Amino acid sequence: MLGRLFLAAALASVLSLAACGSSSDAPASGSGAATSLTVFAAASLTESFTELGRQFESTHSGTKVTFNFGSSATLAQQITQGAPADVFAAASPATMKTVTDAGLASSPTVFVKNTLQIAVPKDNPAKVESLTDLTGPRVKVALCAEQVPCGAAAAKALDAAGLKVTPVTLEQDVKATLTKVRLGEVDAALVYRTDVIASGGEVTGIDFPEVRQAVNDYPIAALTTAPAPDLAKRFVDLVLSRQGGDVLTKAGFQAP
Amino acid sequence: MPWPLLVPALAGLAFLVLPLAGLLVRAPWGTLPQRLTEPRVLEALRLSLVTATVATALCLLLGVPLAWLLARTALPGRRLVRALVTVPLVLPPVVGGVALLLVLGRRGLVGQWLYDAFGVSLPFTTTGVVLAEAFVAMPFLVIAVEGALRAADQRYEEAAATLGASRWTVFRRVTLPMVAPGVLAGAVLCWARALGEFGATITFAGNFPGRTQTMPLAVYLALETDPDAAIVLSLALLAVSVIILAALRDRWVGTA
Repeated sequence: MLGRLFLAAALASVLSLAACGSSSDAPASGSGAATSLTVFAAASLTESFTELGRQFESTHSGTKVTFNFGSSATLAQQITQGAPADVFAAASPATMKTVTDAGLASSPTVFVKNTLQIAVPKDNPAKVESLTDLTGPRVKVALCAEQVPCGAAAAKALDAAGLKVTPVTLEQDVKATLTKVRLGEVDAALVYRTDVIASGGEVTGIDFPEVRQAVNDYPIAALTTAPAPDLAKRFVDLVLSRQGGDVLTKAGFQAP
Repeated sequence: MPWPLLVPALAGLAFLVLPLAGLLVRAPWGTLPQRLTEPRVLEALRLSLVTATVATALCLLLGVPLAWLLARTALPGRRLVRALVTVPLVLPPVVGGVALLLVLGRRGLVGQWLYDAFGVSLPFTTTGVVLAEAFVAMPFLVIAVEGALRAADQRYEEAAATLGASRWTVFRRVTLPMVAPGVLAGAVLCWARALGEFGATITFAGNFPGRTQTMPLAVYLALETDPDAAIVLSLALLAVSVIILAALRDRWVGTA
């Protein structure tokens, strides 16, 4: 799936290059040599960053952008253990702090905000309509583990609502949580709004008022140990640019 | 001793032993006793031991007859059956977990029928953990037992049969005692594999403390925020494996 996406991205970049020809907005890359950029990004950024990676490749000929999507906590651990990454985009300031505390990144910038939604299967078998419905004894709920940002946000929202939910599972990242809803194995889950949108109508998202208590800031930073510091900075610039903002807003993120 | 054998042999040994040494060196020995007796650690350990043992029992119940079928009968398409039996050996366990979800999940091929008829839903239950572990571990048992059956002298079985014993009696009174060491070896392998199972378990059974969070899952999630806790959990798992293998060593080495 991801492989096919990359193939599509590569193809698209070749096509768009061919189309641009020698016009003025031609590739900005100076070297022209094949280089690669490695971006570690929160699982919830999968769709929007894949799109931004495609755009980046089309304006930097010969550059290949590789993504490692996963729970921000796992990615932060991998980076502090020496994983060769150029850019880190986290789903929470806490996971970014792991990396800045280790001296591997400085001055991260918050580029988007994300909020939670209740995700239910399209036929909503347990008739979930509000956060309170999640406490029902027969309602199977999946949450993210509290160690990962979406789980921390879910805990905050439930606390704010004064509710105690007993989930059937605490998943290791937000995409795994969403998958359990997609397959209809759980009746509801708390995931990001962006994940509901990314599922393309396979699950239904339900807003709830307590969501304001659980807004996640997403920080991004080029890493000080980046093998390709120049490209890393340019990719961060793209994410922070209006063009980047458009892609992220379309995916359901909110401007910081 | 010829050095072209000795050097790679020592390198291989170092490769296998060094990571374990790393665990021992980095372990927070000072706080080890109190960390080990934390309720969540004991809970995960207990769950791991129970599920691995039940999974092994299930594998014995189903796997020994299956091995007999492969070794002693002229089953049509036997080679294909053997190939199918060994598929879980080469399949990434996560894929096994997805497959189990698609078949035994609440909306799965068999699972939806189970759910409609009996209200039974296997994912996110301890039974689900046992099934995931058995799925991944059973081929180890089947292959070991089939090997033992093929190596056993069939003349004893023939003699028993000529003396009037039924095939069931022959299996019970002659075959099984003859291959008992092989069955034990297979069961130990199967148990060890079940104890370490991660991918199929987290995919099919999810992750919830006390119900489906086995030691490997606890290690993985602890690593996200508290690497020291992950090391402690790993050490506990390692110690249990070593103790069990050492206790069974004599029989094990005698047949392997």
